Amino acid sequence: MAHCPTRLRTRQTYSRVDTPSLDRKLHYQTSKEMNVKITDCSTEVLIQVGQFVLIKGDDDENPYVAKLVELFEDGSAPYPKTHARVQWFIRFCEIPVHKQHLLGRKPDAQEVFWYDNCAYDNNINTETIIDNVQVLALAPDEVIPMDLKNEKTFFVKLSWNEKIFKPLSPELLAQWDKLQEGKRRCQKPVAGKNKSIESPSWTTGEHEVKRIESRHSTSKSRQTPSHPVTPRARKRLELNNLGFPRTRNARMSQQTPSALLDSPGSTKRKMAFSEITSPSKRSRPYGSLTSSPDLKAPEETGKIQPSCAKDDKKASPDCCMSLRLRAPALKTETTDERILSPTKGGWKSSVVPSVILKPVNIKKREAKEPEVQDEATSTPHHVRRQSSLLTLNRIRQQLRFLGRSKSDEEEEEFLPAAEISDSSSEEEEAFTPLRPRRKPSSMSRNLRSSLKSPLRTPSKTPKKTPEPRTPNQATPRIRSRNLAAQEPTNALEEARLRLHVSAVPESLPCREQEFQDIYNFVESKLLDCTGGCMYISGVPGTGKTATVHEVIRRLQQAAQENDLPPFQYIEVNGMKLTEPHQVYVQILQKLTGQKATANHAAELLAKRFCTQGASQETTVLLVDELDLLWTQKQDIMYNLFDWPTHKEAQLVVLTIANTMDLPERIMMNRVSSRLGLTRMSFQPYTHSQLRQILLSRLQHLKAFEGDAIQLVARKVAALSGDARRCLDICRRATEICEFSCQMPSSPGLVTTAHLLEAVDEMFSSSYITAIKNSSVLEQSFLRAILAEFRRSGLEEATFQQVYSQHVALCRMEGLPYPTMSETMAVCSHLGSCRLLLVEPSRNDMLLRVRLNVSQDDVLYALKEE
Amino acid sequence: MSGRKSKSNNLIQAECLSQVQGILRERFCHQSPHSNLFGVQVQYKHLTELLKRTAIHGESNSVLIIGPRGSGKTMLINHALRELMEAEEVSENVLQVHLNGLLQINDKIALKEITRQLNLENVVGDKVFGSFAENLSFLLEALKKGDRTSSCPVIFILDEFDLFAHHKNQTLLYNLFDISQSAQTPVAVIGLTCRLDILELLEKRVKSRFSHRQIHLMNSFGFPQYLKIFKEQLSLPAVFPDKIFAEKWNENVQSLSEDRSVREVLQKHFNVSKNLRSLHMLLMLALNHVTPSHPFMTATDLVEANQLCSMDSKANIVHGLSVLEICLIIAMKHLNDIYEEEPFNFQMVYNEFQKFVQRKAHSVYNFEKPVVMKAFEHLQQLELIRPIERTTVNAQREYQLMKLLLDNTQIMNALQKYPNCPTDVRQWATSSLSWL
Repeated sequence: MAHCPTRLRTRQTYSRVDTPSLDRKLHYQTSKEMNVKITDCSTEVLIQVGQFVLIKGDDDENPYVAKLVELFEDGSAPYPKTHARVQWFIRFCEIPVHKQHLLGRKPDAQEVFWYDNCAYDNNINTETIIDNVQVLALAPDEVIPMDLKNEKTFFVKLSWNEKIFKPLSPELLAQWDKLQEGKRRCQKPVAGKNKSIESPSWTTGEHEVKRIESRHSTSKSRQTPSHPVTPRARKRLELNNLGFPRTRNARMSQQTPSALLDSPGSTKRKMAFSEITSPSKRSRPYGSLTSSPDLKAPEETGKIQPSCAKDDKKASPDCCMSLRLRAPALKTETTDERILSPTKGGWKSSVVPSVILKPVNIKKREAKEPEVQDEATSTPHHVRRQSSLLTLNRIRQQLRFLGRSKSDEEEEEFLPAAEISDSSSEEEEAFTPLRPRRKPSSMSRNLRSSLKSPLRTPSKTPKKTPEPRTPNQATPRIRSRNLAAQEPTNALEEARLRLHVSAVPESLPCREQEFQDIYNFVESKLLDCTGGCMYISGVPGTGKTATVHEVIRRLQQAAQENDLPPFQYIEVNGMKLTEPHQVYVQILQKLTGQKATANHAAELLAKRFCTQGASQETTVLLVDELDLLWTQKQDIMYNLFDWPTHKEAQLVVLTIANTMDLPERIMMNRVSSRLGLTRMSFQPYTHSQLRQILLSRLQHLKAFEGDAIQLVARKVAALSGDARRCLDICRRATEICEFSCQMPSSPGLVTTAHLLEAVDEMFSSSYITAIKNSSVLEQSFLRAILAEFRRSGLEEATFQQVYSQHVALCRMEGLPYPTMSETMAVCSHLGSCRLLLVEPSRNDMLLRVRLNVSQDDVLYALKEE
Repeated sequence: MSGRKSKSNNLIQAECLSQVQGILRERFCHQSPHSNLFGVQVQYKHLTELLKRTAIHGESNSVLIIGPRGSGKTMLINHALRELMEAEEVSENVLQVHLNGLLQINDKIALKEITRQLNLENVVGDKVFGSFAENLSFLLEALKKGDRTSSCPVIFILDEFDLFAHHKNQTLLYNLFDISQSAQTPVAVIGLTCRLDILELLEKRVKSRFSHRQIHLMNSFGFPQYLKIFKEQLSLPAVFPDKIFAEKWNENVQSLSEDRSVREVLQKHFNVSKNLRSLHMLLMLALNHVTPSHPFMTATDLVEANQLCSMDSKANIVHGLSVLEICLIIAMKHLNDIYEEEPFNFQMVYNEFQKFVQRKAHSVYNFEKPVVMKAFEHLQQLELIRPIERTTVNAQREYQLMKLLLDNTQIMNALQKYPNCPTDVRQWATSSLSWL
């Protein structure tokens, strides 16, 4: 933050240097190079096609790195803009946290990755280009050369395609060498030369550029510096420009309110303009401008959302962006920053040249939402303008991040110097009334939630990427074993391994229909970029969760092969929560890596799903054991089913529970109505299905007799149809077989006898054996109970009554007289086994006794001897 | 000379006896895994095989050991674990988590305890950091990260398993069983319980995830085996330092087991309860009689011990009552006879007592009403009578309805043994109509 004043001072002027050539196909004028001049630094940077540039992002510290592929000017008459097509590079910190581990090593600070994902917008506004940099390609195992370690040099070793890190392809590496030469001459000092070669078309758009600048300088209060400078460098810079920054800062702070008030006006103007071209889209935002921002935002983003998936993607985020910029000016309404700058790469765009992409997209567009097309095409300049805003924002955040990490480095190296710079910047802050101004401005930039502020660390940790795990944070891990686990040695052990419930089968037999239904459901939602709910019911052990997991696995495969848009998968289980509201915490953590309290997490999620459209990736949420999320107010279920109805949420919710009529039974109408009627019920497995499951698991493994499998399938199907039971019985049968066999090396097949024994072991009631094995007095007490029941005709007796019967019985059988204490001990013993149901013993003689077994069973067990 | 010799002999014997007491007491009171197992070889084999598969092959399992109290469940698991840990390839490769339903009364405490025993990274010293929810997700995350082949198997031993089933939502059990049924860190969940209906306590989802393996311990031995156990429990081990004394002692034990009265005592004990813990109790009481002057256990020791064991505690209390209190109890007995177990109040008892006193004024002093009231309250304190629950709070003490917690036979037996009981009182006890 200390360097902010410096940033305010920097200004960039952009100018093209070569004559534009017209690209017929695109109706764009393409050019080869352009100048970026930073007024304060008195350097002029010449940007050429094929060079590597820094592009403004949400994070000032870490601007985006990209390679210029093409420079062109769009044909829009009033404000022609210079655009560039780029090939993105991605920094390690931009990679989603949950995928960072895929790298498998610690990335170097200067390391970037070739971003190989065509889903991102590669079309940027040249205004967002800050500086050029050097990017060197290295072999994956090469060490980063130390002499080149300055912040304007990056190294590429691997490419990243959202799924895996891959080494760079040879042709890419070949290209590189060519580029290195052109690099050298791109930067020439232009000290004092106030060169501004403005094209005629540029001047027409000038007032708008100015407006952007003013808005940025006021609402963001943080103009990006021309190139990342270390705090010390910044300080020096400042000293050189003494006088100017101070006065300017003061001026700016005064100017702020008026600028803020001004910006809505100007947007209004623009709105009015765009209304003509696409009234359907624009009329509402305009009208709702006066309403409260948080109400407006969802409506609006919802409107714009459909264009997201299309090639002119930038439109929607920008629109939201501009709205967000405006909203706080009217009212300091704030929202989560994460919403705007998702950690997911979803907002960047395709690497594939858009020439190739375009027809595909047009086709898609036509197929789906024709009105989106004219919407998007009718407001191209508007769209571009806002895209620049978004990118500016991004770069700003990136830079901030970069600066911080750099200052950290410096702190390690030159601690005193860093301290000086820190203190001086503090002084400066004290001098210029920056604090009060920055707060609302930073909120206005991103509609950042005020709730968010407690989370902000004093060091202004960038929230673009979730905070890295602090060293003292524990990693959940069980220690690994010293000796490797033994692999199965014979057929029975192998069978046991395969029959374990945890073994993931190749396919899920007998659930093909359900699989297809769920797959189609989720796939269609993914393709449409919409949301939806599905309710899956079925008794335990019928493969609900397994089927959904399989669906997700297949979908992820498809997404990897680019058949489907990428999506994020989150799973929560009601049983794995301590309390229903913890579900928010879990979802949020899995979605963004953030930690928050339940209430806060609920708000953040609601904001994420209901108010913004920046996330272009669909989220698939699996809620297992739904019934445990029931609360008195049913707010959790309500929210879970309400979010998918928001178009911008792009949320697919799959819910799993046991009972078919759960929605009707426990849900309020407004909840079950949102859940919708997409239901699926998993029937218990029939015996033939169970048999098929067993056979598919035991493929090519001769361990069971055919009859044995048939038997167990029928037994289980008759009992419950629970596949887990079926597998467990078979597993136990292999053990019995092994145990009963004398030669452990060749145990032979599992026969029906073994299986019957296993079934008996698992399902036979142990009451009768327990009675048979109880002591003489216990048995006679049970007899006394039966006698007492018969006498009274009731199913319940007091201990006293049974005792008198018991005494009589003992006398008859020639047993010594049982004392009350002994009999009481016997009674409580039987009670602890739950052969009897007894009251608490404080009732003493008056405690009531009941049998927990049927009288016939007791008689049967007692007669046997 | 001979006196001195016998004295030194006595000293040696005293030394030996204290050692004997030490060895046997340890055997009776501790469930040490070094003592022998009786009649549970099949179950033992099943359990050790299962544990070995978890430890060596990384196979997840869940099993319940069910048996009445004192049937050796803990002993069995301790034995199995000891054998498991003795195996070289296992000892370093297994983590154990011991939980007890009586100590970990809710999932929050249980989770902290698991985390502590696993010594995960959020444990510092003996403290576990984080909230309940954090602990749960941390633990689940930790267990989820592992896989069959690489992570260290964890053996969970849940004593008093049925109490865990009463935890809210059975979250802990669900998660443990779920881990045991999914490809995560290999775990063996072993529950120990005395409840035969344990499976009915499990929620359907939890039940489905439980593998339904049950090991039943039933004390399925007969009296001959019981006699053998008795001998084995009382015999001194071969490693006893004083061989001669040990030989003598063991001979004595052998002769005891052949003694008729001892057999009778044991048979009686066996009839009441088959569990070994009650046998230990009996032997413990008998062992207390062994002193240097009485170096070997005799049949009478065991008979006395048995009498102590089977004593009726309430009859003992009645022996210590005053005559007035005995009279009140007899009055209550008569009221019970007359009104067929209907509850009575103090006034009724007092009236009954007054009638008796008026008839036999010479035998019992006519106490004043407050004194009788005091005696009545004393009986209530001894819990020989107790108020029935539905009495209103405001009812006067005299009219509070009460019930007698003594059986007729108990009263008569107690009276027979009651020292210095007036004959009139004894007669009155046999019949309420004796004055006719």
